Amino acid sequence: MFKTFPKGGIHPPENKLTADKPTAILPVPAQVTVPVSQHIGAPATPVVEKGAVVRAGQLIAQAKGFVSANIHSPVSGKVSKIDTVVDTTGYKQTAIVIDVEGDEWVETVDRSAGLVKDITLSREQIIERCQQCGLVGLGGATFPTHIKLTVPAGKKCDMVIINGVECEPYLTSDHRLMLEKGAEVLTGVSIIKKALGVESVIIGIEANKPDAISNLTELAKGFEGITVQPLKVKYPQGGEKQLIKACTGREVPSGGLPLDVGVVVQNVGTAFAVYEAVQKNKPLVERVVTVTGKSVKNPGNFQVRIGTPVSALIEAAGGMPDDTGKVVNGGPMMGKALAITDVPVTKGTSGIILFPAEESKRAEVLPCIRCGKCSSACAMGLEPWLISALSQKGMFEKAEQERITDCMECGACAYICPAKRPLLDYIRLGKATVIRMARERITK
Amino acid sequence: MSNILNVSPSPHRQSAETTRKLMYGVVIALLPALATSIWFFGMGAIIVTLVSVFACVATEYIIQKFILKTKPSISDGSAVVTGLLLAFNVPSNLPVYIIIIGAIVSIGVAKMTFGGLGNNPFNPALVGRVFMLISFPVQMTSWPLPQGFNTGYADAVTGATPLAIMSEGIKNGETVSALMEKVPTHLQLFYGYMGGSMGEIAAAALILGGIYLVWRKIITWHIPVTILLTVAAFTGILWGVDPTKYADPLFHLLTGGIMLGAIFMATDYVTSPMTAKGMVIYGIGIGVITVLIRVWGAYPEGVSFAILIMNAFVPLLNMYIKPKRFGKEVKRG
Repeated sequence: MFKTFPKGGIHPPENKLTADKPTAILPVPAQVTVPVSQHIGAPATPVVEKGAVVRAGQLIAQAKGFVSANIHSPVSGKVSKIDTVVDTTGYKQTAIVIDVEGDEWVETVDRSAGLVKDITLSREQIIERCQQCGLVGLGGATFPTHIKLTVPAGKKCDMVIINGVECEPYLTSDHRLMLEKGAEVLTGVSIIKKALGVESVIIGIEANKPDAISNLTELAKGFEGITVQPLKVKYPQGGEKQLIKACTGREVPSGGLPLDVGVVVQNVGTAFAVYEAVQKNKPLVERVVTVTGKSVKNPGNFQVRIGTPVSALIEAAGGMPDDTGKVVNGGPMMGKALAITDVPVTKGTSGIILFPAEESKRAEVLPCIRCGKCSSACAMGLEPWLISALSQKGMFEKAEQERITDCMECGACAYICPAKRPLLDYIRLGKATVIRMARERITK
Repeated sequence: MSNILNVSPSPHRQSAETTRKLMYGVVIALLPALATSIWFFGMGAIIVTLVSVFACVATEYIIQKFILKTKPSISDGSAVVTGLLLAFNVPSNLPVYIIIIGAIVSIGVAKMTFGGLGNNPFNPALVGRVFMLISFPVQMTSWPLPQGFNTGYADAVTGATPLAIMSEGIKNGETVSALMEKVPTHLQLFYGYMGGSMGEIAAAALILGGIYLVWRKIITWHIPVTILLTVAAFTGILWGVDPTKYADPLFHLLTGGIMLGAIFMATDYVTSPMTAKGMVIYGIGIGVITVLIRVWGAYPEGVSFAILIMNAFVPLLNMYIKPKRFGKEVKRG
């Protein structure tokens, strides 16, 4: 039977327009812009100078400290400048701009297509390799993978869950990966399993991807300790805490991490990246991005080098439709709207969605009628109407008591609200303020 | 590239459900009961409904436009719903001027003085009804008997409601079984052949509307089902104790305003609790108070008062009854 989380959730239209579009390889662009911060944690420090000749896979920015990630050149060519650019978040940061010449890779990278199934590296070597290759979580949070694979002293991990839910509407990059690279993904899963020293792994996939479920279920017979768990189609099924609850029945405590219940969650995209890093010694320099939208001429899934301009991706999908009013980096529920498309694809870019102008503006805001639909939709058991009103009125202590920091910002409340109230905007404001207040309390 | 892009925080999608659609959903759910009322009460039902809806919408418009000087929001449909519900709660021969006074109290006093839609603590239509009941007790309790389009409006033949017949009779020492001869059969009560407020009579049509509301996910089952079960259980116990002094539960469910109240009045979003647990407590409260008033109170019917009393507890219920949070709270250093 399909499992799911017990409370809340919504059913936005799925609009998986590109589910049957095989991943196309996007040609290497003439120039790439590689930001030095594509992960949670400290930005990496550039280790190349202007004018340096680099090859694809070469380290160009070194991780700064443990919570950081290496950055490698996704192309071969010449560093034309190291400059400040606007990235997908809209903020400015340092980036290494490389003019592409040919496509030469460093020799250590195994570029052959064959599947390498035997895992020869030890646990320590696996984690070290992930760190060297600049792996980060590809589900959206871009948390450095080597940290997640290192269980801190005093904690225990007995279960790994692989997130193949892809519950965001429109996005299909994980879906295609599970179909096209199933064996590689499962090998990556086995590597993660070995690194964490656990016996069993559950891959959670939403029931709207029956082909991916059957493909991985079939392939999983050739691997040990991997089960595929079909999940009910319900947003936010892919939320980390919801996924753990659905697959294991365990409930991550408020303010806690999955490790508090002995679980580590990794995305399927990350599992594939782990495979490539460990078995092929390939750093994270490319990923699959869904480019989609109702008016887009050729929506599709594209394998693309990091640093490629988003505008080039949009061109590959048939160009930006005339009616475009909003471009979203990520999913429609949690993604970020782009102000310009001349920004580079980064490790965390899972999709580019182009919304027509009439779908790009918010509806008129009406008074709250206390229908309670937001409370029913909240998968965390919060009362969005209340915590948003408390934040709006500046009553942050009260908002903290109502557990505003439990909010994962999935947007289900703002989606369902019939009065179209900007619930999540205020909750974000309150959450940030409450977290700041809590920090100040600790430092005092 | 010439497109100017909109930028806003996520989520970038909003559901198709709107306040207006919810309100007109309630209007649609009221249509079977309205049709039944017109069938039984003829022109009177039409006149009362039109006057009430028009007066409610006009009151809201005038207050917003000329007193508050804000953009009128009558298109959200909430005043239409209040107008319909107000009409449903009065006799079908009520004089026009009383309806207008009731509408002004409903919208003007019970709704707009508190800040309009979403801010009123008490159900506007019920405040209007109770105001009229206290101010115009004679007109508000002369119930036309159902005679279709022969019922007339000003010259309607009136009589007591089944609940009033029962209540009076029991006080005069008559037995329930004798009184049952004087009121319509349960089947007649079910489809609405009885004297009473315009829209409360037709249990069958009201239940049909309730099923539509639940199906459209406008309301959940919690409030109506809890109220009806509570009334059935409470009156059932009394009936079990002494069937000669207390009417059977089915009679209580099919008469008076209990169906209208449970399905349409108590479920008003603004004045009902927001959690399922809160809704159940609220529903039990309404059921218990209704039966207390019906059996031991001065009025033969108590649904309006029961709902208004429980409306007053809603802020408390919202404050103390919380949804089940995800994950245990952990104290962190």
